[in-house]
This record gives sequence, C-alpha cells and structure tokens, in this order.
Amino acid sequence: MAESSLKECMSKEDAIEVMAVVLEPLPNAMFRVELENKHQVLAHVSGKMRKNFIRILPGDKVAVELSPYDLNRGRIVYRYK
Amino acid sequence: MAIICKSPAEIEKMRRSGRVVREVLDHVRSIVKPGATTMDLERAAEKKMKDFGVQPAFKGYFDYPCVLCTSINEEIVHGIPSDKRMLKAGDIVSVDCGVVLDGYYGDAAITVPVGEEISPELQKLLKVTEDSLYRGIEKVRIGNSVGDVGSAVQEFVEAAGFSVVREFVGHGIGTKLHEEPQVPNFGTPGHGAKLREGMVLAIEPMVNYGKPEARVLSDKWTAVTADGSYSAHFEHCVAVTKNGPMILTE
Repeated sequence: MAESSLKECMSKEDAIEVMAVVLEPLPNAMFRVELENKHQVLAHVSGKMRKNFIRILPGDKVAVELSPYDLNRGRIVYRYK
Repeated sequence: MAIICKSPAEIEKMRRSGRVVREVLDHVRSIVKPGATTMDLERAAEKKMKDFGVQPAFKGYFDYPCVLCTSINEEIVHGIPSDKRMLKAGDIVSVDCGVVLDGYYGDAAITVPVGEEISPELQKLLKVTEDSLYRGIEKVRIGNSVGDVGSAVQEFVEAAGFSVVREFVGHGIGTKLHEEPQVPNFGTPGHGAKLREGMVLAIEPMVNYGKPEARVLSDKWTAVTADGSYSAHFEHCVAVTKNGPMILTE
C-alpha cells in the first residue's frame, strides 16, 4: 500500500476538536490547557491566531484540535469571547 | 524517527511474509476475468490469507475496510473492493496486498490485464511500469541513496513518455506497514537517505499514461489520475544486503 507523501492526506483522519480552558502560559506560545474531560494537554497557538495576534490568557475558553497520533498535544484554534 | 535496519533473521521472517503475499497475489491474478467484481477478488484474498494463517495488513490501517486495494484503469492506488465494481475485458486492475506474519509485514502489488486482450498502449504502460520497478530495485545497494532508486524509476518512465505520481510514494517496511524512509518514484541521484545493510524498502512505481497529477475521491482513499488517464502500479519489498538487492516478495 502506497504511503501518502503529503502525510496528512492518507485517509485524512480529521483532528479532534474539543473545548478547553487555559491553565498556564508556557514559553514559545505554548499553553497548558485542561480539556472538558479534565485531561491536561500541551497546546500551541495556531499560526492563524498568531498572525492576527489573538492574545490568550489563563482562564480563557478555547477550542483545541488534538492530533489523533498524540493526544497529549494540541493546537489552539479559537479563543471564545 | 530513524530508519530501522533488520538482522538476517528478521529479513528471513519478512521473506516468509513476502512469499505469502506473492501466493495471495498469484491466486487473485488467476481469478481476474471479465465479469468478476473487485469484491470477488477481496473475498478470494481473504480466504487465502486465512488458509495461510496470516493477518491482513491493510484492513484497519487508518480504518481501511478491506484486505486488498483494487484500482481499476484511471484509479492509481487504494481503490476499495466493492460488489458494484465489475471488471470488463480490456480493463487493467492493480491489486495491492499486504500481510503480517509473525509480526513482520509483507507488501506487494501487481497490475493485471482483464480478459484476453488489452490495447497495445496499455500493454506498454504495464511493461514500462513493471520494468521501472526493476530499474529501481537494481539501485538498492549499500551506499546508494533513496534518490538513486527514485531517479532510476523516474528516468525510465519518463523516457517512455509516461509520468510518475508524486502524491504517493514507497516506504520502509518491517514491523510496521509504513516505516522510514519514504521512497519516492522520483528524485535526484545521490540525494536522500543512504542505504545501509538490513534496510527493507517497499518500492512501488505508480505510472500514469498521461499527466502525473492525482486526486483522492470522496471515499478518502481511492486515488485517481486528475486527467482520467490510465495508471499502473507494481510493488516489491526489497532488502539491502551485502550481495545487492534481495526481493522478498517473489
């Protein structure tokens, strides 16, 4: 079976998007966030949010995309007002 | 992730799973005929795997539903077997098969003409694709690089006026179906990872009659040529040994 050279498109497993609350900021635009199921994961800020300079503070509600490969890491894709 | 080199004992195990793959493919080839559906091929392969006591490698891989990939005509790879797809005389069907035996994977593919006669153009496409695979295999030697393999395939295919697919590539194989490195069917001589003794590569040229572009259908698997031209696919697992390339799937 051929491997996709564009890794993410071999039967694209859509990332899992979940709600989370930011706990603490970490260096390099990373945050520790707590998911609704009380799991704590390390999440970085999506490029689009960095470009538009959306600030994220502890306590903010955010949407986090989890990679199906490593459920301990994610990407913050949205900050709720 | 590092490229995993296999011991001679491990390569022997992979050769055993490779032989089973070849048996299954030979059996499937024998039942390819006009009027058969791709699900008929799937069922025959599944039974054969059960007879050999091996696990299918593809079923469940990223939720792939079947043990075979059957890709007809303009389908490049990853066609899903179906009761509704019937083979017609003059078609070409690529059959890709993988098994796990004793923890080690085998993976190979052939493209088979349906019926007695296919057009001379398609015969040439099949021949060039299969020959390009052996051009690539010839380069599987200690000290060569992955780019040497890819460029050998690419040069041969393009000299014949066909094109190689870029979106899908061969891969390392061992205790997982896809390991490092990726083995593209295109490249620059001398570029890419250096081949060392014990590496096992699945080399699989996917050759389009027309342009190289591919797209994936809404089932998220079936890859077809963007221009609708026919596409062929052959694959072997090849180990890098002191004595040159050792084909594990024959």
